[in-house]
Amino acid sequence: MTDVFFAKKFTAGCLTEHSLAELMRTFTVMISAPSQSRSGPHPIFLWLLSSIGKKTIVALTGIVLLAFVAGHLAGNFTIYLGRDWLNWYAAHLQSLGPMLWIIRLFLLGVLVTHIFFTMLLWHENQAARPKKYIASDPVGTSVFARTMRLSGLVVLAFIIFHLAHFTVHLINPQFSHMEAMLDGHQVHDCYGMVVLGFSSLPVVIIYVVGLFLLTCHLSHGIGSLFQTLGLTNRRLHKMIELATRVIAWILYFGYISIPLSIITGIVK
Amino acid sequence: MKFYLEVWRQNGPDRAGKLEQYEANEIPAEASFLEMLDIVNEDLAKKGIEPIQFDSDCREGICGNCSLTINGVPHGIGRGTTCQLYMRKFRDGQIITIEPFRADAFPLERDLVVNRAAYDRIMQAGGFVSERAGSAPDANSVPIPKVVADQAMDAAACIGCGACAAACPNGSAMLFVSAKVTHLGLLPQGKPENDRRVLNMVRQMDAEGFGNCSNYYACEAVCPAGIPASVIAHMNRGFAFASIKESIGVTV
Ligand code: HEM
Ligand code: SF4
Ligand code: FES
Repeated sequence: MTDVFFAKKFTAGCLTEHSLAELMRTFTVMISAPSQSRSGPHPIFLWLLSSIGKKTIVALTGIVLLAFVAGHLAGNFTIYLGRDWLNWYAAHLQSLGPMLWIIRLFLLGVLVTHIFFTMLLWHENQAARPKKYIASDPVGTSVFARTMRLSGLVVLAFIIFHLAHFTVHLINPQFSHMEAMLDGHQVHDCYGMVVLGFSSLPVVIIYVVGLFLLTCHLSHGIGSLFQTLGLTNRRLHKMIELATRVIAWILYFGYISIPLSIITGIVK
Repeated sequence: MKFYLEVWRQNGPDRAGKLEQYEANEIPAEASFLEMLDIVNEDLAKKGIEPIQFDSDCREGICGNCSLTINGVPHGIGRGTTCQLYMRKFRDGQIITIEPFRADAFPLERDLVVNRAAYDRIMQAGGFVSERAGSAPDANSVPIPKVVADQAMDAAACIGCGACAAACPNGSAMLFVSAKVTHLGLLPQGKPENDRRVLNMVRQMDAEGFGNCSNYYACEAVCPAGIPASVIAHMNRGFAFASIKESIGVTV
């Protein structure tokens, strides 16, 4: 049936005459064609437009973001080894040149994809349950699961603040002019910038709160991605949930230890 | 026992509905929830008020026809169907709110009755074995490992009641669909059609307007058959493999 439909459209050669609404209808016919028919759309699109396909994209982009969050913490921990180590790490990242920009753009793309698909899912889910219960009782769900959108959006705001703070130096332009010596070369004094940055109490509070929301997000997210990707079963489920909470809190305490040890004067 | 009911009344699919208050008097503690509603309905009929419409059939917990969301929980507190929920579980004098199962894919027909035909259409899309499997084979003539048989039987317990989609904040039918996919897919009779089954059933589920799973696990908490949410992971895995096979044209 779709075959005939397309043959007509293309032999007529007048796609432009068709309204946008008709094109959308064509598209709907395309994506709802039965799977066995060879004339249907490519199976990749069927997968991408399916509920499970969209969820899989969220989970896969979530893994990349999670890997970044863990790797970023490992890098930041060089602060505890002293000024030269963190400055060396920072200088090395900068020396990647174009590669650094490729990685940044990749991460940005992943983040945008993650947010786009979660918001699309949310939008569809609202439509699937238009009427809420008057006597509502969220049995079986965790508070972290129910607040994924909120925690995610706060994390987004936090990421923007963090980039403005330590990457673009918008909050304190003085950060751009801090220099230190490393192996006889003059380099950007990342260590000094971080210590100066975290000597302000309001900034420390923003980090402690923002990272807490990230922990909430991951408290559901990590376990959730195993379920979405089908990498769990009845026996593993409890263990994965426990590991999820543990990892999320380890990341939290790892991250906030830096601003907290600076403002309390342990790291100077 | 005495209860104060708040019941969703709605005259038809496109009419506005609202909660009405009724008193349930002299209810025996051993009455089931549906029997309690029967008593209330007799009372209402005497007063010339239209009785409350609700679904039920077997009243012994096996058909999956009874529904009702009681104080915000499909089938009420505890695991089990509404027909197997007894009034002794409630406090004397308690206020009980009764609403229909809510999901966009379950259109409301009247009062507490919703149309759950969407689940039937999902079954028609693949929830069966096409080949005649004949009568039950002799025990042990088709060897199936015990763990696999157990999993299949656990999934087969689904009675298709719709509570999973009604409990899900996203109105998602994933627990039902994955129970069927898992139950049929693990056994030798159903295996040959695994890829087609999971692809077609998921597509039908999406087409019916059910939501996407957010791994809330509310479904698991209300399922009267005790279907574990891990069947959803099983289906997700099967769907991924079937999609990959379909992309390279080797779907069975
Ligand atoms: C920046 C803004 C972000 C927003 C708005 C956001 C939003 C969301 C939402 C709403 C979900 C739930 C999707 C659903 O189940 O329907 C989700 C899942 C998830 N997010 Fe995020 N997120 C953000 C950032 C992050 C970051 C930075 C990470 C990792 C460090 C992350 C990791 C995850 C993971 C692992 C999941 C679970 C995927 C699954 O359910 O399979 N997210 N996100
Ligand atoms: S999975 Fe459970 S809640 Fe869902 S339809 Fe089957 S028996 Fe009902
Ligand atoms: S009426 Fe059959 S399960 Fe409740």
